[in-house]
Amino acid sequence: MSIFVDSDTKVVYQGLTGSQGRYYGLLNRDYGTQVVAGTNPRKAGTDVDGIPVYATVAEAVAETGATASCIFIPAPGVHEAVLEAARGGVEFIVAITEGVPAHDEADLYNRLRRDFPDVRLLGPNCPGIISPGQCNIGITAGHIALPGGPVGIVSRSGTLTYQALFELKEKGIGCTTCVGIGGDPVPGTSFIDCLAAFEADPETKAVMMIGEIGGSAEEEAAEFIADHMTKPVSAYVAGVTAPPGKKMGHAGAIVSGGRGTAAAKMDALRAAGVRVGLNPTEAGEHMADIVADLG
Amino acid sequence: MDLFEYQGKQFFARYGMPVSPGEIAFSVEEAVAAAERIGTPVMVKAQVHTGGRGKAGGVKFAATIDDVREHAANILGLDISGHVVGRVWIELASDIAEEYYASFTLDRSARKHLGMLSAEGGVEIETVADENPDAIAKVWIDPVDGLDEAAARAWVAAGNLPEAAVEGTVDILQKLYTAYVDGDADLVEINPLILTPDGRIHVLDAKVTLDGSAVFRHEDYAVFDETQTRDERETAAHARGLQYVGLDGSVGVIANGAGLAMSTVDVLNQVGGSPANFLDIGGGANAEVMAGALEVINNDPAVRSIFINIFGGITRGEEVANGIIGALERVRIDAPIVIRLDGTNAEEGRAILEPHLSDTLQMAPTMLEAARQAVELAASARTDENREA
Repeated sequence: MSIFVDSDTKVVYQGLTGSQGRYYGLLNRDYGTQVVAGTNPRKAGTDVDGIPVYATVAEAVAETGATASCIFIPAPGVHEAVLEAARGGVEFIVAITEGVPAHDEADLYNRLRRDFPDVRLLGPNCPGIISPGQCNIGITAGHIALPGGPVGIVSRSGTLTYQALFELKEKGIGCTTCVGIGGDPVPGTSFIDCLAAFEADPETKAVMMIGEIGGSAEEEAAEFIADHMTKPVSAYVAGVTAPPGKKMGHAGAIVSGGRGTAAAKMDALRAAGVRVGLNPTEAGEHMADIVADLG
Repeated sequence: MDLFEYQGKQFFARYGMPVSPGEIAFSVEEAVAAAERIGTPVMVKAQVHTGGRGKAGGVKFAATIDDVREHAANILGLDISGHVVGRVWIELASDIAEEYYASFTLDRSARKHLGMLSAEGGVEIETVADENPDAIAKVWIDPVDGLDEAAARAWVAAGNLPEAAVEGTVDILQKLYTAYVDGDADLVEINPLILTPDGRIHVLDAKVTLDGSAVFRHEDYAVFDETQTRDERETAAHARGLQYVGLDGSVGVIANGAGLAMSTVDVLNQVGGSPANFLDIGGGANAEVMAGALEVINNDPAVRSIFINIFGGITRGEEVANGIIGALERVRIDAPIVIRLDGTNAEEGRAILEPHLSDTLQMAPTMLEAARQAVELAASARTDENREA
């Protein structure tokens, strides 16, 4: 089992004809993902290494039965691309693109909830999602993930997601699904969405969470864990020593006015019973202990 | 992108908000000439990307041209929390009956825009929030709906502003919201928003932060990018398109991915070291990007050692290793380097690095060990320097 995507997921790539879209689309197909279509209104009727290209997501869905989309087009077009995908009939949208304006994200979040309540957006500015052995959508290197579970991963950071997968693989621990929610101010999918899905997934027995400074998503996640989660959680929060007011790469990773500090987030998580590591390796070791205790 | 006050006022004026006539001045002579054109009395206001200007003596009332000369001379060059004043805004002084506060920003946990209005303006809103939270009227706005007049009116009523201020404030809040949305701002703040004795609502200060990601639909924002406060290192990194933040330690940091770079900074601190910077070179790690990153770090005189922390995902270990070797052939690096290479094909990558290793190019198996080595190297470099001195 897995959350959000599995071996039945059929994916259309918006931007498959671009260099990034083509590169990762084909890598994802090589991994075993059902990459069924691409879109580009100017290249409809052509194909990318055998993958048919349609003018719109709606056509791709009608022709191929695509259930998910993956967006690799430049930031100015992402707002419209997400809405096109939702109108086109897919239920899961992964937006990899970084640099999408915050107002576009805020508008998308509220518009989807109102007009397309059954559609889930992951990202923008995220590495994507992988259910190892079944489906890999985005830019995660599939071979660093060990299939099978029992651990689910949810992360705000790209490279630290890979680090987490790798640490678990080195210890022989598999992963049900690894979700990169991205570091932007208004992600389509939150920690809580993923924690709730992992809690409901029978194959997932424990969850590893990678947070970052800025905002209050980790604090909200801690509250959810305390109130609603029975499964053990380990966590790491990056940016313990980040100076206030400095933007650390991601649009979201900024500490302002003493709020959103890593210390506050780690305290909240610890209070919720989460085993917090001071670096990714330590969080991985905590998870190894948790998995050993599962028996 | 943080705007100076005067840029914020010019930004607001585009959306029809009332601001005072004023001019920017870079010298005492320019300040005097500006005041002569505007007519006294004027305010002389330091333009810096930080708060607390008034307390630091950076905002002065000038009744006469002689006052302008004196205040401009004192304020230009003034150090306000590490920001040296290079320009002053000369603005026609306003009569004030009352001071209010108004702002819009994104509430990330509500995923809605948050408007705040208070009849207690002129002081820091954090202070009002602590001491008298009920004095702040908050409104959460769904971006799909926007802020219509009825909602603005209800909000102003909740803010308990006096009758004389209501119409003007309802109008200006809608304009401020339009500026916030259409202008792609992360924050717009007017503090104080004033009521004049003759009953006008007027913008007396402006704090604006624009979303750097939205520049593609605002070509004119390039001018604001030029006035961002960056130290020399940050300017050099920005020119190379690198994500760099200057810190004040001695270990230079290069990592791929913002999270890993932050984590690297954390681990260095944990083992008793002090990072000189945060530098994210992004997903790939080819020779060109690596060389640019090394150049930026090498130009920082405080750097005593360098920690390169790369996790190969799609980018394989061999490519990373070749990138590092290629960069080192292009750039002469003074400080010793410690590399930690993990992830995809890390072993192959390490094998490529192996023959190049020396006292000044070391490799460590884990992030923690690499951090310890880099910190030790930085410490011994400092000891050597002291000995030479």
